[in-house]
Amino acid sequence: MRLQTPKLSKPEARVAAPRAFDAGDAGQAQRASRLAYLSPLVALAVAIALWQAVVWSGWKPEWVLPGPWPVAKRLWTELSTGEVLAAAKITLGRALAGFAISLVAGTLVGITMARFGWLRAALGGLIAGLQTMPSVVWFPLAILFFQLGEAAILFVIVLGAAPSIAVGLVSAVDHVPPLLLRVGRTMGARGFTLFRRVVFPAALPGYVAGLKQGWAFSWRSLMAGELMVFLADRPSIGARLHFARELSDPEGLLAWMIVVLSIGIVVDLVVFGRLERRLRERRGLAEETGS
Amino acid sequence: MVLRERVLPMNSERDPAVRLRDLSRAHGKAEQRVLALDRIDLDVHEGEFVCLLGASGCGKSTLLHLVAGLDEPTSGELRVAGGQPAVMFQDSALFPWATVEENVSFPMEMRGLAPKARAERIAELLDLVHLTGFAQHRPHQLSGGMRQRAALARALAQDARVLLMDEPFGALDALLRDRLHDELERVWQRTGLTVLFVTHNPREAARLADRVVLLSSRPGRIAQEFEVDIERPRRIDSPEVSQLARKLTDRLKEVIHATADSEALEA
Repeated sequence: MRLQTPKLSKPEARVAAPRAFDAGDAGQAQRASRLAYLSPLVALAVAIALWQAVVWSGWKPEWVLPGPWPVAKRLWTELSTGEVLAAAKITLGRALAGFAISLVAGTLVGITMARFGWLRAALGGLIAGLQTMPSVVWFPLAILFFQLGEAAILFVIVLGAAPSIAVGLVSAVDHVPPLLLRVGRTMGARGFTLFRRVVFPAALPGYVAGLKQGWAFSWRSLMAGELMVFLADRPSIGARLHFARELSDPEGLLAWMIVVLSIGIVVDLVVFGRLERRLRERRGLAEETGS
Repeated sequence: MVLRERVLPMNSERDPAVRLRDLSRAHGKAEQRVLALDRIDLDVHEGEFVCLLGASGCGKSTLLHLVAGLDEPTSGELRVAGGQPAVMFQDSALFPWATVEENVSFPMEMRGLAPKARAERIAELLDLVHLTGFAQHRPHQLSGGMRQRAALARALAQDARVLLMDEPFGALDALLRDRLHDELERVWQRTGLTVLFVTHNPREAARLADRVVLLSSRPGRIAQEFEVDIERPRRIDSPEVSQLARKLTDRLKEVIHATADSEALEA
């Protein structure tokens, strides 16, 4: 069947300016984004002020609860001597390795569960249970299996993160609009092709949300792990925290806690925040103002 | 007996593009069994434009889903010539993550067309539906009418003999709908497609169809058929179309009232 090409240009074609480029919205968007940057700073300032107020109230002596200023000085020392970098390298290396294994394992399990209803019925409850199980619970077993070593830490990270990733993927697949599946089928997509070309892209935002949660779980498991399994030659962030407590060094303790918190925020905002925003923008869902 | 032959050589001119014989579809089990379609007999001929007209819930979409292969009949025979028919829905159902071009390309990729052939065909189709220059846009950047045109281009890219349309312009305003009627008529005349078009709007049926098939509700049965020989291209406000639309509206009302009466009797 050949198609000829008529030469009519319809005026409707001209109303296609994407809404985001509208002049009216531009000022508002700019104000909103300024607010988005400013409000966390205000919140931070308030938190620091509260901290200082508690210190001044004399609730705890200063050798137990130091104020923001000595902690900031200490944090600077740790940063400038390269201690933070060295510890973060070890800890983030573990985190990345554990997350990578969780990503592969969780995704494979998730795909298989989404694909086979009986498997999902069989494993769904178990995996949801695993997800709610505090990862620290696995440590005694992990240490029994792998002794005090990297493998024990990785084992616990994967058990903490992979279920979230699998559950996230399965629920994202559940929420794919049936119409898209129907249209995919009528265009001849079947089986794994349908999954790869229609279901997975449609489920991608939910999958990324699952990855984000998986990352949070693996980061928590890792911190728990480093507090329990510290290797003498590997001064990880968790090990630094542990020694700060052992040596009654509250300034160090708080400084390293700030490092943990900061890494968490940065990964969440920079890696997952950016990924999610790009996905939403591509699909025309980005209406967030950050307020 | 359920018979489904998707690939059927069309050597005889008298073979219809879509043939339904004694086709029924029931929903639910045992006591709560509801007959959505009751013994439908319908032939849609090659190149014909048939509108299925009926009230909401009369089973016309169910019928379309059966022909589309998205649902299985409870009993009866169903044949569609030329393999899987293309389908267009009320919602454009474009893939929101893909550009217009990628959307139109999809059915061709599924058929294993080479990239070069795909690119040529995409350009051709986008020109046909007046979307040249919007190849790289994503669905959310298009207006409702443009989305439906992109969906039409994607359906045509399937190169099916039969195009099924499930109230594809139902969500558009009247002016835009008029324009898309014009375009659909033009595309249909150019391509020689067989179209089965579901609508609850008598004017739309009168505007587009070669033949209007009126369905009654609960269970869906063919109440009446109207051959339409108004000259094309038609206008929705032409006296002939208006007159037929009035006639269809009156008949549709009668059918709906008959259903309501019988339901009142049952209650």
